[in-house]
Amino acid sequence: MQVPAHFEYERATSVDHALALLAKWGSEARVVAGGHSLIPMMKLRLARPEALIDINDLEELAYVRLDGDVLAVGAMTRHADLLASPLVGEHYPIFHDAERVIADPVVRNRGTVGGSLCQADPSEDLSAAFAAVGAAAVVRGPGGERKVPVREFHTGPYETVVAPGELLIEIVVPVRPGGGSAYEKVERRVGDWAVAAAGAAVWLDGDTVSDAGIGLTAVGAAHFHAPEAEEFLRGSPATDANLVEAGRIAAAHCEPVADQRGPSDYKKHLAGELTTRALRRAVERARGAI
Amino acid sequence: MQITVTVNGDEHTADVEPRLLLVHFLRDTLGLTGTHWGCDTSNCGVCVVWLDGTPVKSCTVLAVMADGRTVRTVEGLADGATLDPVQQGFVQCHGLQCGFCTPGMMMTARWLLDRNPDPSENEIREAISGQACRCTGYENIVRSVQWAAVNKS
Ligand SMILES: Cc1cc2nc3c(=O)[nH]c(=O)nc-3n(C[C@H](O)[C@H](O)[C@H](O)COP(=O)(O)OP(=O)(O)OC[C@H]3O[C@@H](n4cnc5c(N)ncnc54)[C@H](O)[C@@H]3O)c2cc1C
Ligand code: FES
Ligand code: FES
Repeated sequence: MQVPAHFEYERATSVDHALALLAKWGSEARVVAGGHSLIPMMKLRLARPEALIDINDLEELAYVRLDGDVLAVGAMTRHADLLASPLVGEHYPIFHDAERVIADPVVRNRGTVGGSLCQADPSEDLSAAFAAVGAAAVVRGPGGERKVPVREFHTGPYETVVAPGELLIEIVVPVRPGGGSAYEKVERRVGDWAVAAAGAAVWLDGDTVSDAGIGLTAVGAAHFHAPEAEEFLRGSPATDANLVEAGRIAAAHCEPVADQRGPSDYKKHLAGELTTRALRRAVERARGAI
Repeated sequence: MQITVTVNGDEHTADVEPRLLLVHFLRDTLGLTGTHWGCDTSNCGVCVVWLDGTPVKSCTVLAVMADGRTVRTVEGLADGATLDPVQQGFVQCHGLQCGFCTPGMMMTARWLLDRNPDPSENEIREAISGQACRCTGYENIVRSVQWAAVNKS
């Protein structure tokens, strides 16, 4: 029987209350959202907080909405709700693609968008999807609020810019016309973490790629991101040859580690292939196909 | 910590440690052993119960997180002596094989049918994809859920 070590439990009733509780307990406290990463880590003694601040009552952080021309996703939005959101499907289908292959329906009922980003697992899917679309994270602390591009949010495996005493509040994505997005993942079995996965967002001006975003996960891409391949695509025609070349460039800049999910060269191959496939689908969607 | 949880309509108050998991609270504190417990890592799904109306894996939820909330377990499926159509389906179609994964499967199936009364085979398989049957008898489980969809009672 795996049970966490002893800790104190407090339930926050508002964002301000959560910040006050974090201040009260200091750096030994952790917030618990869905608990689907933190509680298993506590069972295995990979995490041993002295106090857990439960933020499940913070309904104020559970939303997907359009704020002007920005898609805003609250940190406490459950995976299942991101998957069910028609707004997301309309503006950024990449998130529906990704959510369909994150864990399983029951885990998705509980796990949250904010918890996923803050966990910063090197194989985390939403981090790659948010990196692809150029999202920013809104972080609130005792000193107020700051906005950090998702591409600067992760500072290493399991590490983010969120300091003790701070909360991730929401993730914002600019909604821009003329775009398409998609996510492609290879896993060993349904609901498993990625062997490799790639997300792509493309904006077209006629047949030219006016802007592109590429996110990668599980393949050792710095900040879940493929800037060299994006740079190659910007201003180029959206031909299949160019999408293949972008995949090749993305793969060349990855450093996957060999593990039980496969050898490094296989993962590198997947990084390139999945980048190209995600780009192809994103381009099709930008051109109006579904 | 004192918690009050409504389980299958009955209110239970108990003094628990914050580290107690919901699955153990149900089984050990309340004696509701219908909810099973297997992998301990949120993978197998035998521990699925409803928390405020939504299926969750109770081996990864703290009992204190359920304070003030409602839980529904497999013991709460039948209406008195009348079995839920999902339970009847498992009887009719031999979905209840060794029975280990059954409680979680039934809780997820009931939730699926409440939201989608006429699911396709694929939708049923997708709904239970986070739940492992060691007997690997998914055929009969899928048939049982289909039976329940047709025989709504
Ligand atoms: C069986 C299984 C399969 C999975 N498969 C996948 C998969 O294929 N792909 C994938 O991407 N993920 C997968 N996951 C992870 C899943 O998406 C988790 O839900 C997610 O990683 C964590 O979300 P959570 O809300 O449960 O976070 P928690 O476990 O509650 O928290 C995780 C960390 O984030 C911190 N935190 C949470 N919210 C905030 C906040 N608002 N501000 C600051 N810090 C915060 C916590 O303190 C903790 O350190 C899987 C999980 C399981 C159990
Ligand atoms: S015991 Fe909870 S998922 Fe296996
Ligand atoms: S019936 Fe035996 S584990 Fe499913």
